[in-house]
Formats: sequence, structure tokens, C-alpha cells
Amino acid sequence: MEVLAYLIPISLLLGGIGLVAFIYTVRSNQYEDPEGDSRRILSDEWDDRPKP
Amino acid sequence: MTAQLSSGTAACPGCIATPAEPARPIPEDVQIALSLPGIHCSACIATVERELNAHSGVEDARVNLTLKRAMIKAAPNIRAADLIPVLERAGFEAHELDPGALSATQSDKAGRDLLMRLAVAGFASMNVMLLSVSVWSGASDATRDMFHWISAAIALPAIAFSAQPFFSNAWSALRVRRLNMDVPIVLAILLALVTSLWETALSGEHAYFDAALTLTFFLLAGRYLDYRTRAAARSAAEELTALEVPRAIRLVDGTEEEVPVAQLKVGELILVRPGGRMPVDGQIVSGQSELDRSLLTGETLPVFAEQGFEVSAGEVNLTGPLTIRATAVGEDTSLHRMADLVAIAESGRSRYTSLADKAAKLYAPGVHILSALSFVGWYIYSGDIRTALNIAAAVLIITCPCALGLAVPAVTTAASGRLFRKGMLIKHATALERLAEVDTVVFDKTGTLTSGAPELINFGDHSRSDLEVALALAEASAHPLSAALVKAAREAGVQPAKVRDITEVPGYGTEGEYRGQRVRLGRSAWVGGQQDAQTSAWLAVGSDRPVAFRYSDALRPGAQEAVEAFKASGKEVILISGDTQGAVHALAEKLGIESWVAEALPQDKALRIKCLNEEGRNVLMVGDGLNDTAALAAAHVSISPASALDAARVASDIVLLGNDLSPIADACDTAVKATKRIRENFQIATVYNVIAVPLAVAGLATPLIAALAMSTSSITVSLNALRLR
Repeated sequence: MEVLAYLIPISLLLGGIGLVAFIYTVRSNQYEDPEGDSRRILSDEWDDRPKP
Repeated sequence: MTAQLSSGTAACPGCIATPAEPARPIPEDVQIALSLPGIHCSACIATVERELNAHSGVEDARVNLTLKRAMIKAAPNIRAADLIPVLERAGFEAHELDPGALSATQSDKAGRDLLMRLAVAGFASMNVMLLSVSVWSGASDATRDMFHWISAAIALPAIAFSAQPFFSNAWSALRVRRLNMDVPIVLAILLALVTSLWETALSGEHAYFDAALTLTFFLLAGRYLDYRTRAAARSAAEELTALEVPRAIRLVDGTEEEVPVAQLKVGELILVRPGGRMPVDGQIVSGQSELDRSLLTGETLPVFAEQGFEVSAGEVNLTGPLTIRATAVGEDTSLHRMADLVAIAESGRSRYTSLADKAAKLYAPGVHILSALSFVGWYIYSGDIRTALNIAAAVLIITCPCALGLAVPAVTTAASGRLFRKGMLIKHATALERLAEVDTVVFDKTGTLTSGAPELINFGDHSRSDLEVALALAEASAHPLSAALVKAAREAGVQPAKVRDITEVPGYGTEGEYRGQRVRLGRSAWVGGQQDAQTSAWLAVGSDRPVAFRYSDALRPGAQEAVEAFKASGKEVILISGDTQGAVHALAEKLGIESWVAEALPQDKALRIKCLNEEGRNVLMVGDGLNDTAALAAAHVSISPASALDAARVASDIVLLGNDLSPIADACDTAVKATKRIRENFQIATVYNVIAVPLAVAGLATPLIAALAMSTSSITVSLNALRLR
């Protein structure tokens, strides 16, 4: 049963990372334009370097 | 003007609860918003952004494809009028939006807040469920206690954060000594937490941390769905408002300057070009023209206006430029006073109690009594307060309205989505339920059943040469009657005659010289014809007897179908209009409407609706003008087309986005189906309770049974709602 001592913190940590990532995406307006974002990925603009 | 109106008369409680943020002070960079109805792919996004960014003065342009909008940061000297041609050259239709009216959708704080709480509840419930599954599958003694303590450590902060909307709602209801759906929810969550903590501290067997969290999660999901549906409708409605940018041309010492309508003051001179709408009440100082007052009064015949004539805000200038001196601005205009009628009529609407509220009224006391009884019963029977409290908590959790909380939002989301695809915007939360109860339909005439654009009806009565001359004269004018004549003549293949020296005399008509004779097309008095009740333009060639071109208002597409569908489904159709007897009678006969009322004043319309209400009928009002707003607000449920005046759209529950009227009848069917689904959902939730509650009262319920009952009922209810799509 000692394995629980590792597994429980690990599962909480992984879930927590997911939660933090989600909150970050909401805060940085990443759900404002779902349709546009799904199409922007097809555009080859800024493929060579990131948009400044 | 229009933006002010909408904020003053926000009709839906949701708009009052989440007021538009005050417009932020505009920094050096000006934000410009453009509506781009034509964009649809990644190439469109790239082209629009490239074109805009290449324009000098534009700092940053970003397209939002979901909202079909572009937000542009630009230097202060750049205006939307500079950018629209750039996009039009690239092949995109663009309209200016008023960024002030859009502010509420831009920073969607409430939605983000709910989403955040939903995420936290989801995360916590998954983790706690993982631990609970291990307990249910046989963890015991120290391991079980440890799992319970970890669950408590996750559940307490998670609930403290994510259940806040329920806490605050329940508190505001209790403070005014009322019960709503949130009171039993909060009680169940709190009681579950307290008894579970107590059990855990005494190394007991059952803890309900998972139930408290999944309950919060499902209920938040319902709230979020509900919110999203209304936010989508609100942002579309806002866009309609924002399309009418409230600007006016002010004359200062003879020079023109464009200013926001809100800055106009009494006594200032304002120039209104042909096609423009009067921003304020005033008196004409110079110029001659005709005014279209149909949105205010419902009359289709344009009114002649010259120096000294009083004009009201909302009237449309048709032919010549007019300079007016403002006599009343902003809230003092007659337009605004009429809109105030809405606020008075509004109180009737709020009396409607939704199905959810009805259910809550039955449900909340029932659950509390049941839970209290089982507590008392078990305390008398066993004498153990711990057992009694545990069972009372189990009863509360199992009866908790998880499925009830989803029953209504899931259905309204599905139904609103379906109607939105057909071009209808559901603005009000209970609009669908009210629409399902409709038995009488009242239509306005001008702009609702008719398109508001005239149509030439006696084309065949005229000689070829007359038509050729009339066409030549009509082409020189932008007047709606001329435009209709040009359209009809062009379709028939008529070529314009060679008329020379054509001049437009604003407010009267056009004249010119044809084969040495003077020719005139215009008002009867000017040309020499006899004015009658019908809308007509007269043509005189030299000294010949003038001939009349007669017009009627063109029917809006789908009007016939909508009226027939309503009659077929056994609803009474009534036509109430502010227009003349003859015009209303003709239209009623054409559409087969038996009861009609003409020359109705705005107050009459509202009064008639109230009388129908008092007879116990549920009236659907369809109208577009300012003269309809009071009636729209007084009716059981109301629909206005997108072309309607802002105040009318605000007052109505549903906005028809397209030009076609036929979806209205469909909407009634969908509403009836949706209401049926809502009732079914309540029944499903009740069936689950009937099975699970006896177990809970008997003390046989375990956290596992609670979790199963809760999830299956929620999922069944959601699936049932999806059948509507």
C-alpha cells in the first residue's frame, strides 16, 4: 500500500496541472474565437517565424 | 440616439443584471469595430488582416471569425469610413459597428467566471470520485479514513469557490423570506459536507464529498448552458444595435462636423441628408423634403416637409437635405417618451412564472419537509442524532435537483440553437415557454407584414411613351417611389426617353424638358393630379392630362405562409395598424385576415392587447415600429424583425434575423415541443426520486447509490433535450 503515498500526490499534481492550464487559457482569451482559431492553423502566414 | 435608448429601456432582466460596462476612456489609439458578414474561411481572415494592416495608420487588426468581426487599433485620424472601401475593394462587405454598444460582449466576465468555477468543480469531483471508487471497492480502516481526509481537503476549498453562485442566490432569496431552487441546493451541499466531516472524524463508513462535488458540477453545467444561450442571443442583438452608429452632422458657423448624437444640444443646427434619420426633435430651418414616418406612426404615405415644419426623432428624410434646429434632445425627444411607454407595460411581463419556478415552488418545501421528517423519525426511533443526521443528509442529496437544474437549460439551449439556425434570436429566458401558450397572433402592417418598400401596381395602364418619360425622370431621383418605378420599368425592358435638363425639386418631384415640352413626375398638387387615398406619383407631359402611377406596399416574403400556418393551427390572427382604413383593409383581404383595426394610435394598440390579455388570451405580437413598442411589451410574447427600430427590438422577446416571416410559425411548433420536453424532463427527474427517496428515508442509501441516481438522471435529461435538435 506504500505505493499510494506516491500515486495520490502524482494524480493530484497531474490533475492540478490540467486545471492551471485551463485557467490560463480562459484568462488569456483563448476561447474568444474558436472557429477562427481552428482555421488560422491552416494559414501559412507566420510559419517561418512567430508573429511579433 | 439608439444606443442611449437601448440602455434606458433594457427589457430583459439579464441585461439589467449584467449592465454594459461604461465605455472605457478612449486612449490615443482608437478602436474601430467592423462587422464582416461575408467572411468564412482562413483565406478571408488572412486577406482582411493583410489589407487592414497594410493601410497606413492601422496599428493592429484582428479578425474574429466566430463573431464575424474585425477589431482594429488605429491612429486617431483613421475612421471606419476610410477602412470600409479598402475591404470592399478586396471583395468583403463591411459595416461599421459602434464599439460602445459592443462592450458587454467583449469582456464577458460573468461567462468566464462561471466557466472557471465549472472547471474547478470538475477537477475536484474527478479526483474525489477516484478516491471514492477505491472506498466503494473495499478500502477499509486507516486507508479509508485517509481517503476521506484527502477528499475533504479537496472538496472544502473547491466547493467554497465553485458553489458561490448558489450561496449568493440562496442568500438573496432567504433575505426577502422566499424559497428558490438554490435554497435546497445549498442546504444539501452544506449538510453533506458537515455530516461527512463528522463521519470522517469518527472514522465512519459513509462520506458524501463526491456527491456534494458532482452536484455542484452538474448544476454549474446547467447554469453555464443557460448563460451561454442567452449571451449568444445578447451579442447578436447587440450587434444589431451597434450597426446603427449614432452620429449626426452639426453645422457650426456654416461648416459641417460629424459628432455623436449624445453631444447634440437644444438650439444647435443639424444637417440631415436624404436617407438619414432625424437624431433629435426639431424644427426645419431650411430645405424641402418628404419624411417617412412609418416607424413612428405606421403610415406608409410620405409626408411633405418644408421650413417651419416640426420633425420628431426617428423620422427618415427622403428627398432633399434638411437643416433643423434641435428643440429636444436625448431623453426629451418624442421617440424616447414613446419608448418610456414600454417601461410601464413591462411590469405585466414579469408576472409570468416559468416552469422551473413552478417546479421549485412545489419542490423546495417538499424536500425540506421530507428531510426534516426523516430526521425526526429516525431520531425518535434510534435515539442517535448521528444516524438521524446522516439519513436526513442522504435524503437531501438524493432529492437534490440535479436533473431539475439541467431540465430547463438543456432544452432551451437545444431549442434556441435550432431556432437560431432558422434565423430567430431568442432573447428572453422564458420566451419559448410563453410562445408555446400563444392562441392569438397580432400583426402590425407596415414593415412587418409588408416590407415597407412600395411596389408599382398599375404598370399596364400606361402608354409606352409615358413609361419612357417617367423612367427617365425617376432615374434622377432616389425617392422610394421613383426607385420602385425604375425597377418595374427596367424589368419590363423599357428604355428611358431622352429628357433634358432634369432637375429634382426636393419635396415635390423631378422635372425636365422632353421634345420642347415641360415634363414633371411627382406629388399630385405639383403635377396637377387629384390626390386620393392611395400612394401615387403623377406624371404630366406638357399640357396633357396627368396620369397616376399607383403603388401598394410589397408583401414581406413568407407573410402569406406565416398567416396561413397560424390559421391552420387554430390561432386567431388580428391585424392592427396605424395606417389608413383602405390600405389596411386591402392587405387584410389579400392575406385572408378577418379581424383588422386601422388608424390605431400606439396607446390603442397596447390597450387592445391588454383587453385580449384580460379575456384570458395569450397574445403573440409581431411588430417593428416605435408605435408598436408598447404593444410588444404588453403582449404575452413578442417578435420583431431585425429591420425594426432599436426600441422595438429591445421590447421584444424574439428577433427575426432574416427577411422571411415564415419561420415564426415554425418557432411556435418548436416552442410547443420544447415545453413538452421540459415537462418530460421534470417527469424523468421525479421518477428517479420516487425510486431513490424511499431507499434514502429507509436508511439504505449509500454514497454509491446517490452518485448513480444523480449521474444517470442528469444524463437521461440531457439526452432527452438533445432529441429536439
